[in-house]
Amino acid sequence: MLRIRQTPITVFALLIGVFPLIAGRIAVIENYPDVMIFVGIYCLITIGLSLLMGYAGQISLGHAAFYGLGAYVSSILTTRYGINAWLGMGAAMTVTALVAFAVGAPSLKLKGHYLAMATLAFGIIVYIIFNEETAWTGGPDGMGGIPGLSLFGFEFDSVNRYYYLVWSIMLAVFCFTVNIIQSPAGRALRALHTSEAACGAMGVDVARLKVIVFVYSAVLASLAGSLYAHYMNFVNPSSFDINFAIKLLIMIALGGMHDIRGAVIGTFLISFLSLEWLHVFEDYESIVYGAILLVVTVFLPNGIAGLPTMAGRWLKHKSRG
Amino acid sequence: MQAPVDPILHVKQIMMTFGGLTALMDVGFNVPRGIIKAVIGPNGAGKTTLFNVITGYHRPTEGSVHFEGRQIQHLKTHRIARLGMSRTFQTVELFGNMTVLENVMVGRHHHLPGSLLSCGLKLPHVRRAEQHAREHAMAILEFIRLADKAFEPAHSLGLGEQKVLEIGRALATDPKMVCLDEPAGGLNETESGQLSELICAVKDRGITVLLVEHDMKVVMNISDEILVLNYGQKIAEGTPRQIQHHPKVVEAYLGGDADVA
Repeated sequence: MLRIRQTPITVFALLIGVFPLIAGRIAVIENYPDVMIFVGIYCLITIGLSLLMGYAGQISLGHAAFYGLGAYVSSILTTRYGINAWLGMGAAMTVTALVAFAVGAPSLKLKGHYLAMATLAFGIIVYIIFNEETAWTGGPDGMGGIPGLSLFGFEFDSVNRYYYLVWSIMLAVFCFTVNIIQSPAGRALRALHTSEAACGAMGVDVARLKVIVFVYSAVLASLAGSLYAHYMNFVNPSSFDINFAIKLLIMIALGGMHDIRGAVIGTFLISFLSLEWLHVFEDYESIVYGAILLVVTVFLPNGIAGLPTMAGRWLKHKSRG
Repeated sequence: MQAPVDPILHVKQIMMTFGGLTALMDVGFNVPRGIIKAVIGPNGAGKTTLFNVITGYHRPTEGSVHFEGRQIQHLKTHRIARLGMSRTFQTVELFGNMTVLENVMVGRHHHLPGSLLSCGLKLPHVRRAEQHAREHAMAILEFIRLADKAFEPAHSLGLGEQKVLEIGRALATDPKMVCLDEPAGGLNETESGQLSELICAVKDRGITVLLVEHDMKVVMNISDEILVLNYGQKIAEGTPRQIQHHPKVVEAYLGGDADVA
């Protein structure tokens, strides 16, 4: 089994810690901490998705909707009802968990493409609700005036402060999820991916496990959505459309679905591509994503995280002549 | 046949139809505690369907299955497994990308704390239980003689070892009874000999064995009782000796000519 070691995670956490200090001194990458906030937020979604898709083998195209639910519930509760932002965030996660349970319990009985279709339909329905329920959501124009976050009087009001908030949460969630993967629950998940029939014979409640992981990943997406809303102070439906759902998919496919570290790598690359590096392509941007997805599925079925294994196998092959 | 006292499994007049096809017709039998019982019959006789009904993969159209005095035909597979009945599969269903040890540890699943919260926080009781599960799984690997391959991926094993590992994985659930679906299928003489020994060792641990098997040598050597199915119906039941000379069995298998053994 793939043991996920602690040292690289610690090194990664340290790099994340010092990054804003370095970036602030270099003009070309001065705005990168801002981009990194989005990377951190997206990572929260892709970590959950990776657990759901890569480990449990369940395809979801509905996570943009859970992300949106988190953002909108947080926004509505804080702007219209003046509820504390952290409480709003908790409420958003609770609402999303209930919705995910209601959606997941019946649709996780479907397999493969049918599950993808069901979650896709769910995503579209939620997107339409964001657009049409103007009294609540402000419709296509979106809603503004969402307050920032503060804790015990400390305001997360600068880019760097929000950066550290998002990345602390992200790293905590990452470690939590890594622990799940390396626990009895994670083992059952990976088993489930290979043979549901055998899992049943081993006493694993397959249906329940799938729903639990689906709800967990949805709650993470909701948390990401709330963090997004409180950072942008503004939300509109286009951030949560089907394109974003597909972009999430590309992130974990590129990084490597079967490895949670791959999800983080893929999220880094795709986020920087879409937020920074691909602007030169303008309208043709989506062609680039299509090309990436194509290349990955054909040549890198295990994504970037699978490269070391692939290289190792290739070298072995070479040395044998 | 006289009903034995306290059968571990009691199958009562099972009828199983798929659309217009009747796979099982009025099949009823008992499995006394602690024996090895084999289900044999020509291809398509309904053996695997019977297994799937008993272990909860199919719900019978009519009839009932009683395990330890409890009706189980309406229960889901994992519930039946937790009651103490595990199984193996005709087409090997190992978790190929996981190690041999991990495969067996999945069998410990319902003995382990599995809540996402306690696992995510790596609470001490999870760690302890995991350590205990690892030791338990290693002991099983010793028993099935695969301990030296504990850390190899399951798909790298030969077919014979894979079949044995499936039995080990089933044993990890602490079953009272195991259902083995063609454990000797595709094995050579030596391997099936070792497999027979293993199945007898499982019985010696006090675990009842129900097996579907085509390899007559295995069946006749180790079974205490045999049930014969043909075209979804029970045509004979008895000791290996009785079955070998049962006219209906000989007819079903060979058109009435040769010796089944």
